Amino acid sequence: MSYSVKVIDHYENPRNVGGFDKDEEGVGTGMVGAPACGDVMKLQIKVGQDGVIEDAKFKTYGCGSAIASSSLVTEWVKGKTVEQALEIKNTQIAEELALPPVKIHCSILAEDAIKAAVADYKKKHSE
Amino acid sequence: MKLPIYLDYSATTPVDPRVAEKMIPYLTEKFGNPASRSHSFGWEAEAAVEEAREQVAALVNADAKEIVWTSGATESNNLAIKGAANFYGATKGKHLITVKTEHKAVLDTMREMERQGFQVTYLDVQENGLIDLEVFKAALRPDTCLVSVMFVNNEIGVVQPIAEIGEICREKGVLFHVDAAQATGKVAIDLDKLKVDLMSFSAHKTYGPKGIGALYVRRKPRVRLEAQMHGGGHERGFRSGTLATHQIVGMGEAFRIAREEMAEENARIGKLRDRLLKGLSDIDCVYVNGDLEQRVPHNLNISFAYVEGESLLMAIKDLAVSSGSACTSASLEPSYVLRALGRDDELAHSSIRFTIGRFNTEAEIDYAVKLLHQKIGKLREMSPLWEMVQEGIDLSTVQWAAH
Repeated sequence: MSYSVKVIDHYENPRNVGGFDKDEEGVGTGMVGAPACGDVMKLQIKVGQDGVIEDAKFKTYGCGSAIASSSLVTEWVKGKTVEQALEIKNTQIAEELALPPVKIHCSILAEDAIKAAVADYKKKHSE
Repeated sequence: MKLPIYLDYSATTPVDPRVAEKMIPYLTEKFGNPASRSHSFGWEAEAAVEEAREQVAALVNADAKEIVWTSGATESNNLAIKGAANFYGATKGKHLITVKTEHKAVLDTMREMERQGFQVTYLDVQENGLIDLEVFKAALRPDTCLVSVMFVNNEIGVVQPIAEIGEICREKGVLFHVDAAQATGKVAIDLDKLKVDLMSFSAHKTYGPKGIGALYVRRKPRVRLEAQMHGGGHERGFRSGTLATHQIVGMGEAFRIAREEMAEENARIGKLRDRLLKGLSDIDCVYVNGDLEQRVPHNLNISFAYVEGESLLMAIKDLAVSSGSACTSASLEPSYVLRALGRDDELAHSSIRFTIGRFNTEAEIDYAVKLLHQKIGKLREMSPLWEMVQEGIDLSTVQWAAH
């Protein structure tokens, strides 16, 4: 499989690998995918008092495209409000990384990871 | 050291320079058609083809008259299974037996036989990749006409109990076909002793050229086949088509070298494989797929848990290896061979096949070990599964959002 330059760049120099304490105030954690399907993404966002995402971290088990998709969204969500983050669509991710058709599911998973992290943040926040 | 390092000898091998040298004259000055009976060009080519036939037969202790040239092991498998099933099906019965871990060239041919009205039993294997002889015996029926079992598995390198299966088949009067594409030059094959009726060979897995193979068809007791390729009646009617003299000469020379050098070569390759395994065994959560004893020395198929195979291949692009995960193709299914061993999907997705061959060196193995240590560490740092396992979470208890 040949990868685009951008996928290789994110794969070789992944941005924001790591994690936050999931119980910390303002942290939302999303875990999507399944080992049996060959990819699992964990995306965490740290949201400030003003509702803006200050920082984001990820860990991904999956192919190069899955790693690149999650690395890319950590960059994209930073500086956005949680509502703006929810507007990120898998098609934008796929386009940015020039993912081939068989790897579109990686971008869908990354979009789902954002949604899951935001949902977790909102759930904690409403309590 | 030249990069990338080739560790995918079960996919194909380079043509040995001695083989290439022997082939070249048959493309240029010795170009005759071996079927031409009226001049020396033809006679010269025919003599070369017959010498090669002797060399192929010698590696497996068969008679040269029992060797039929084909385009490769896929064609040999097709000819053996379709040819025998079609010839004997009407009288012996329409039941066939094979194994779930066979190569697609056998499995897909069996599917075709099902479409033609045959019934096929696909045997399970044990956790070590080997078939259970009791399970095999129980699968035999009065209407079983042919059994097809591979000698050496292409993915995990395990060696099936061919001698024992052959005895059972002969006793029951069932024909026995063996796909030996991955076996030549790796395990000793003695067709004088083995009760095998049909055996498929390939040249390019044994340092010969691509595009040539052979099918062994036993003469005593005589095995009949319905031809699948019709034409000028070459190869005693089993397989028509002008013989590819240069390819055949290459296969003959490759098999001659295999016969003469295999003992020494296997010992050397076994040492390299052990060096690779030892070098990787201090990485946590590493599992060898398939039996380590009943196995060719060339193969090491390993799962590196919590690291996905395709991303690992990307990380070790200095090594030419293959992944048990088929994520590289359109399907996202992990290897059907590893699943047949009962490996869970996560481990099947995490597997890498290393196959060592004639031109690998110790320095290359050491480089591979060092690179794998480094990259697996990096990928596990990035793996949420590894993190959870480190925290003491049992992954099998997690509710995954399957997609």
